[in-house]
Amino acid sequence: MALSRDEIFSRVKSVLIEALGVDDDEVNETATLSDDLGAESIDYLDIVFRLEKDFSIKIPRGELFPDDLLNNPEYVDSGKLTEVGLAKLTEAMPHADLSGFADDPDVSRMPDFFTVKTIVNYVELKLAA
Amino acid sequence: MRWIWIDAFTEFESKKRARAIKNVTLSEEHLHDHFPGYPVLPPSLMIEGMAQTAGILVGEACDFREKVLLAKIRRAKFTDYCVPGDQIAYDARIETIEEAASTIEGTVFRNDQEIGTISLMFSHADQATKNLNLPEHNFVFNGQFMDLLNDYRIRAGGK
Repeated sequence: MALSRDEIFSRVKSVLIEALGVDDDEVNETATLSDDLGAESIDYLDIVFRLEKDFSIKIPRGELFPDDLLNNPEYVDSGKLTEVGLAKLTEAMPHADLSGFADDPDVSRMPDFFTVKTIVNYVELKLAA
Repeated sequence: MRWIWIDAFTEFESKKRARAIKNVTLSEEHLHDHFPGYPVLPPSLMIEGMAQTAGILVGEACDFREKVLLAKIRRAKFTDYCVPGDQIAYDARIETIEEAASTIEGTVFRNDQEIGTISLMFSHADQATKNLNLPEHNFVFNGQFMDLLNDYRIRAGGK
């Protein structure tokens, strides 16, 4: 039987509590992984590993957190995403709300868009596929 | 000199699991201060023992091409102490292994009684940090680390 969004959120929450050592009440849909929950770079891969195990899904690297796009000079100019880069990122992240990124596409803001909701959306899309 | 926290491998299944032992002795100087009159092996050194057991397991699975570095202690729980005279066994199993990283699940035994579980994550540094210009030579798997595995293979009849 398909998991409801609430069930997915609950399991994502457990994954984040285990992976990041945060408290239950810190994990809400708008919390950002880096700023609010203190995730470091290695934690992102740990989260991917744990999600794969918990939901029995395969997550191709760079699909949930496509930060590799930011290393492509075609997509980044002077620390900001180019128009092509933003379009590519939007295409690569249907699970994220990047609408606020267009106003100030500074790549340093990228972690702001990696939220708990982003993960829940991703898993939901993945399970429905 | 490397500070080696395992004495010998007793089991080694390539790409799957390994078991290493360590005998705790009062000749280890750090036990004189941890704690005076009540020597206890610090749990952090048991984590290191598991990391060395699992690190060699993962390194061998990658044919020692990667610099396998401990990146994260995902979980470490201990239910009892180890004191001089005890023999510790670290049982490490590969959970996930891919190009840039791996995870292992481990169980710690004291004289065959389970006293802890440890979950670790390793970074395969050459793949994970391509921009860091790490030295070419593999500074992780050298000398004494490799001797541990070679000694096991000799004792196991060349397996």
